[in-house]
Parts: sequence; structure tokens; C-alpha cells
Amino acid sequence: MQVSMTVNDVEVSEEIEGRQLLVHFLRDQLGLTGTHWGCDTSNCGTCVVWLDGEPVKSCTVLTAMAGGHEVRTVEGLAKNGKLDPVQEGFVQCHGLQCGFCTPGMLMTARALLDRNPDPTETEIRQAISGQICRCTGYASIVRSVRWASVHEAQAALDATSAPESDAADEAKQAQEVSS
Amino acid sequence: MTTVQDAGRLTTFEDNDQKPIGHGRMLRKEDPRLVRGRGRFTDDIKLPGMLHLAILRSPFAHAKIISIDTSAAAALPKVKAVVTGADLAAQGLAWMPTLSNDVQAVLATDKVRFQGQEVAFVVAEDRYTARDALELIDVEYEVLDVVIDVRQALAPDAPVIRDDLDGKTNNHCFDWETGDKDATEAVFAAADVVVSQDIVYPRVHPAPMETCGAVADYDAVEGKLKLWSTTQAPHAHRTLYAIVAGLPEHKIQVISPDLGGGFGNKVPIYPGYVCAIVASIVTGKPVKWMEDRSENLISTGFARDYIMRGEIAATRDGKILAIRTDVLADHGAFNGTAAPVKYPAGFFGVFTGSYDIEAAYCSMTAVYTNKAPGGVAYACSFRITEAVYLVERIVDCLAAELGMDPAELRLKNFIKPEQFPYTTKTGWVYDSGDYEPTMRLAMDMAGYADLRKEQAEKRTRGELMGIGIAFFTEAVGAGPRKDMDILGLGMADGCELRVHPTGKAVVRLSVQSQGQGHETTFAQIVAEEIGIPPADIDVVHGDTDNTPFGLGTYGSRSTPVSGAAAALVARKVRDKARLIASAMLEVSVADLEWQKGSFQVKGDPGKSVTIQDIAMRAHGAGDLPDGVEGGLEAQICYNPSNLTYPHGAYICVVDIDPGTAQVKVRRFIAVDDCGTRINPMIIEGQVHGGLTDGVGMALMEMIAFDEDGNCLGASLMDYLIPTALEVPDWETGFTVTPSPHHPIGAKGVGESATVGSPPAIVNAVVDALAPFGVRHADMPLTPSRVWDAMRGAPQPPI
Repeated sequence: MQVSMTVNDVEVSEEIEGRQLLVHFLRDQLGLTGTHWGCDTSNCGTCVVWLDGEPVKSCTVLTAMAGGHEVRTVEGLAKNGKLDPVQEGFVQCHGLQCGFCTPGMLMTARALLDRNPDPTETEIRQAISGQICRCTGYASIVRSVRWASVHEAQAALDATSAPESDAADEAKQAQEVSS
Repeated sequence: MTTVQDAGRLTTFEDNDQKPIGHGRMLRKEDPRLVRGRGRFTDDIKLPGMLHLAILRSPFAHAKIISIDTSAAAALPKVKAVVTGADLAAQGLAWMPTLSNDVQAVLATDKVRFQGQEVAFVVAEDRYTARDALELIDVEYEVLDVVIDVRQALAPDAPVIRDDLDGKTNNHCFDWETGDKDATEAVFAAADVVVSQDIVYPRVHPAPMETCGAVADYDAVEGKLKLWSTTQAPHAHRTLYAIVAGLPEHKIQVISPDLGGGFGNKVPIYPGYVCAIVASIVTGKPVKWMEDRSENLISTGFARDYIMRGEIAATRDGKILAIRTDVLADHGAFNGTAAPVKYPAGFFGVFTGSYDIEAAYCSMTAVYTNKAPGGVAYACSFRITEAVYLVERIVDCLAAELGMDPAELRLKNFIKPEQFPYTTKTGWVYDSGDYEPTMRLAMDMAGYADLRKEQAEKRTRGELMGIGIAFFTEAVGAGPRKDMDILGLGMADGCELRVHPTGKAVVRLSVQSQGQGHETTFAQIVAEEIGIPPADIDVVHGDTDNTPFGLGTYGSRSTPVSGAAAALVARKVRDKARLIASAMLEVSVADLEWQKGSFQVKGDPGKSVTIQDIAMRAHGAGDLPDGVEGGLEAQICYNPSNLTYPHGAYICVVDIDPGTAQVKVRRFIAVDDCGTRINPMIIEGQVHGGLTDGVGMALMEMIAFDEDGNCLGASLMDYLIPTALEVPDWETGFTVTPSPHHPIGAKGVGESATVGSPPAIVNAVVDALAPFGVRHADMPLTPSRVWDAMRGAPQPPI
């Protein structure tokens, strides 16, 4: 069957088997291998992507079900070559080791901050509780998400308190995130 | 530190973004690709024309194969090959050696010996079709009686599992002993106090987030096999493929790309790798095999499965005199243990722990059962997890018997700093240690005295709070090669360093990261020695065509062995640079002094040359000193003179809900001493991960079997792994006792926390349950098992 959807802002239209899982469509057919496959039973969360902005486990979504919808993967997090603050937070706070669970963690963390820009440690732990990391022991992931939260808040504060030209503002934010 | 104003409150983060030229906190070089989803894991590899392989596995734990009909599967469109054990037997490939010199079936020929054993494989154009075809293979089995209860494995009427071995009439695998039996007996006989306890360390599984798999690409014209595979030991694997498959070693390239965790699970050679190689040779196409999670859990390297009886003898005032243990080890259907040849029980011999005692003895019997093969995996440092669990549990039992505080008992019995190097009663030579400050620091961080007060108050109200202590000494960094080899391959590691003309460098390692951050740590080790910034040093690993030979990453051996190699190869390059510098500065070598990154004339700081200047001179026009060849590079193979012995003190605080028996780990304090610290951020990360493993093993994880041999932990719905909700925010600290024999004083740390945390957690739970008269309860301490313990009936899990 033919299926069309938007993946990371790009329209795609592909011939697929009706039973195909979204994780395999993304990885094998579109070559977006940042999304991983770890368990088949929706327990590990290495396959988390967004479907219309909501995190889903792509190992338990049929490709056909994503037809007509918007999908975003880890490859679609950075904007114009600039890392999302969540990605930067993971780098700064050692939020990853082997990196296998990381794409799923990043997608969940970004979605959390989009609805709750200032989550507590408990809220972060709850948000990522459907995902498993065998390397980090989670504390550094929690710190990474807090880093992103704090730096986004600071960037927003700077933007409102010191009205400057848009370009200067953006440069300042970029500096903030990379510092 | 970075301090940020955050909606009216101040938040501080440790400032990781430092750029040390050498040791120190530094962000990882691996991360930019991994956070973008641009890591390259085995399953990410897609080659033109690549086929997919799927494996048919036995539904039974023990059954004779009567017949296999593959015709329907072979007839399915898009199926390219269906291969059975009989097909492999015709090529002499049905069996392969294990890492413990046993043999294991690649595909079963005569009978299956555990549930999940490989029976046949299909190669098809896509992974879905390959799976479909498995359903069409018709295998007729004759089900046999099973050996699942390890205590019955040696019963006279037990069915014989390994009838493939000539003359085998029972399920005995091996016997092993260490220490002095008679001397220990004498000490026990004369002791004031003797405490004994049966202790089970159940079967668990490392379950890395990336399962095992491979892509095999055999080029028939060149006769060259290229194999991408999830291996922690690419060089050892290549040599074994050469020996097993008869392919010339120079025609095999093993590439271990990014690995999604390993924890020992990716040390053995699995039948799937061999199947993928065979499939590529048979079809002439690249072939990918990736197991699914169930396959990973039911068929690949498990860990532990030791049934132990621990005994401890002491004086009435708490001087520990002797430790004795008797172990029944379940090795599954094939002895697939990854351990040095002379150490069938790994390094279990360190069960005397951190204590200065008079005598020790261990006897062990290992048996075959109808369970998956393996035995050493899951960050265990070759069975030190079991040894440390035994000694730290039995010491707590002794403390309870004596009515002594467990911290005080440990402090009283530690090996003293002046006793190092210390030879244990089982012959291990601990290189260095200073235990009391480590213990005191952990107690200070925990607020130990206050915790005991809080506990006493809570007990008066019927609240269940426990404080558990564990103190461990590890033995990591195998070899030396004279004592330690795997299938005849000495446990040494090579390293090559090449400085380019412009002063940038490439260092090539024989070990392979599974997330430990080698690309960062090893660049820092070299940078410290030679003064080239880590950013300018490329680290190449995980590719046998492009790295020197070595045994790989497991048993926390990368820093102790390969890290030493990296430091020494850099010093070798520096020695050559010194000769060139003396010519450039026109002074004698003796007049030069090394300032990290440059040689300067003693007493004349204005006269100096940088390592970058020297690199250009080494490759440039003009004469070099007599006897100095051009270029600036070196290679070495490092053979460690001894293991390194890191130690640590762990304190765990738990609360148990008396209504549900749910254990909550409230706090966990971990003080580690791994000698010289190269990148503290990475060390902390390694410790955090191991502590989480410990929570999993102590409270949640177990690979169980029913009486027919069905694996009850075959998915992540059944085999429970901690999420962010089950673990606390870790509190870590450190002391530094350098290794005297390691070039930079470093010891391994990767497995310390996995080794040290389970006893701390179990000791805490047992401490919480003391009001119920509980002295011991076995892992995993799930609510139902804790509930039983609270009612005076803690049962072993197996």
C-alpha cells in the first residue's frame, strides 16, 4: 500500500507492507537510523518518535497509522544546524554513554519541556519512566533535562529583559546554549 | 560551576566544558554524533543487496530432533536459503568452541539442550519474510526429561545433557578449589563464633539496550570476510573465526562499530554471528542478523547463578579469622563462560574481601543444566560480583550474631595500608589500598550516626528503615599474560600512536568502547603524556584491520591494560621527540626538560620547541640526529605485571512499606577509589550505571525457569529493569590510592558499582527487616519475597 506523511518537515510518500512497523519504515526505508529498536514490547523506549507532536513508541505503531500525520525523529530536533537545548544538555551533563537510548530520551524530554518548561526532578523521572537506560543510572539524564529547562528560561528572560535587534538576540541565545 | 538565574531561583551545574590537556573533566568526543542520532550501530548498516537472517529456536529445553522439513520455508518467495544443523555438519561447522574450551552447537544436530537454542536459519530479502519463513519450518521433536533444578543436576537418575561429549554419563562440568582446606578447618574448629548462611545469587541478564547482531559480507573474489558485529573483543573474535571457520586471519576484518551497551553480553561468540558468516558465503551477498529482545534474553550470555554456602569464623570481640565457602555453579547447557583459562570460576578467589584474615577455603562444583549457556557477563569482573556479595553478606550476618555495628566490624578487620602489597589467603596480591579513609568518607557523607538514630526512632513507631553497608575490593585488568589467557590468547593489549606532521595525532587501540567513552578518555591519556590537546587526537578502535591486536574490553580492563599501553606508547613517542628537540635546540638531551607540550632548555625558558614543531621536523626536510628515523610514531604491546585492585565503600538507605513490602531505595552513597582519575565525569557516569544495575539485581531482575525449562524472563515485561522511578539521585565521592604498577596509577572502575551495590542494598533490606528476626533474604527482593521474609519465611528464589 501507498502511505504519505510528513517526516521532519519533509513530505514522504512510499510503498509499504500493511503490517510494517513505523520504526522499520523510518530506519530501513527512510534511512533515519537515529531511532532505535530495542524490545518489541513497548518497554524500552529506544524507538520513541513524535506523532503529531506526541511521543509514541514506533515499534508499536504501524506505518499505515502514521499516514497523513506528522512524524518527528531525533534527526529533526536540531534546527539549522544548531542543537536543541535538550541535546546540548545531554552533552553538557553526561546524559548519555552508549547513546542507544538517547534519541528516545531526547524526544520525550523535548516533549516534556514543551508542555512543562520547568519540570521538577520527579516530573522528569515520571516523563522518562517508560524508557530504559542501562548506562547512566538516570541521574545525569535528569540533570540534562534540567539544564535545558534552565537555559531555555534564561534565554527567554534575556530576550524579554534586553530588547535588542533580532540578530543580536539570537546570537546571545546561541552563546548561552553553547556556554 | 555555571550559575543560572532560573525563574527567581539559582541553579548551578558543574561546569563540564573544560578542555584539559590531559586528565580532568572534559565533555565527550562521542556525544555530538550520538545526540544527533548519527551513531553507527550494527543494525544501522545497510549494504547494497543485503539479505536478512532469522533464526528458528527450540521451544523445548531438552528434546531430540527427529526430523526437520524446510521445504515450505524454502519455497516462500523472497527466501534465499534455509540452513539446518545437518547442512552445517556437512561442512564441519555444526559445533564451535566456547570461550571456556567447551563446545557449543551452532545449530542443533542431535538434540536441543535449552529453550531458545538455535535449530535452523532462514535468509530472505527482508526481515519480515525471514521471520515468516521460520513459521513454515516443520521440526519434529521428541521431548526429553529436563534438568532445571541445579541441586538435582548430579542426581544419579538425572538425564544426561551433554551426551555429545565422549563418555559423558553425568552433568558434571568442573570442580575447582582454592585456599587451604586444613588450615581453614583448624581455625574454624578453634573459633569462638562461627556463622553460616546459604546465599543464592540468582541468574540475571545484562540486557544491553542494543541486542546482539552482525552484518557479514564475504567477497568470494578477494576471499575476504568483512564482519560488523556487536563484539567487545574484535581481535579475539577474528582469531577464533580463523581457527573455527578455517578462513585465513588476514582475510577477516572484524568491525565493532558503535555498541549500544555490552556489560559482558557481547564478549562471547554467538551462533548467530557464525550463521551470518555462513549465510554470506552461501548466498554471495551481505547478510544481516539482528536478534530481537526475547532472543537476547533467552539465548545469550547470562550471569551469576551461584548457590553458595558462606561460613565465617571470628573471635567474640569481632576479629574475623577465616572464611569458607562451598559453591554450586549452574553453567547452563554449554560452558560458555568467558574467563581466563586457568580461572574456570573467574576471579571468585577474592571472596576474602577487604579483610585481613588467617585462613580461607573455597570448593566449587559446576554443573550443566537445560538452560542457556554463559556464566560471566553483566559487569561482574569475572565473578567478583558473586565473591563480594558472599563476603559482604556473611560479614553482616556475623555483625548481627555479635550484636556489633556492621561499619565497626568492617573497620576493625580491614587490611591496613602498611600491609600492601597484600597477599590474600587465596593467593591474590592486592596492589594498593587505604580502606579506612574511604569507609569514613562514605559514613560522613551518609551521616551514618544520625541515620542510626533515625532508624531507632522509626523502629519504635513500627516503621521499616534499613541501612546497608558494603565494602569491596575488586581485581581488574587481566592479564598478566603468563597467568591469563582466553583460549590460548594472552591477555595483553597493543596501542599505536602516530603524530602527523602538523602535530595532530591518531591513537589506535585494541579495546572497544560500549559506551565508556574511550574516544575521550584515551585522547586524554595520550594528551597528558605528550601535550597534544585531546581535540587534536583521533582515537581509532573496534576495527581489526586498523588497530593493533589485543583482547578487548571487559572485566574493567580497558584503563588498567590498554590505558597503560596508551600512556607508555605516548612516552615512547616523547622519548623520540626529545632526541629531535635536542637537535633542534642544539643542546644535549640532558639539558632538556619536558613542560607538557614542549621541551625547553633547562634554565632558559625562552628556548623551547613544541611537540608540534618537533612533529614537523620529524617529517620535514633536513637532517635528524644520528640513528633517529623520520616520522614520529610508536607501537607497543602492554603486558600488565598484576591486576589493579580498586575499592569502595557503599551505604544504602531503604524504606520498606509495611503494608505492601515494597522496598524504596531512599539514598545511596558510593565512595570509589579507582586510583588516578582520568575523566571524573566519565567515572561518575560509570558508577551511576553500575549502581542502577545493583538496584535491578537486588530488587527486580531474575531469569527464572518453570519446571519444564521454559524461560520466564523472556521479555522486558517479565524481566524487570530499573527505570528512573526506582533509583535515587546518587551521592558519589572518591578517594585516590594510585596503583603502584600502572604507569599512571589508574585502576579500572567500570564494574565497581555493579559489584559493590547489590550487597549494600540487600544488607539494607535485611537490616530493615531485623525486627522480624530476619538475618538473610535472597535477591531479588521483590515485594512478594520481602512479604514472605516479614512473615518469617524467606525462601530462596531457586
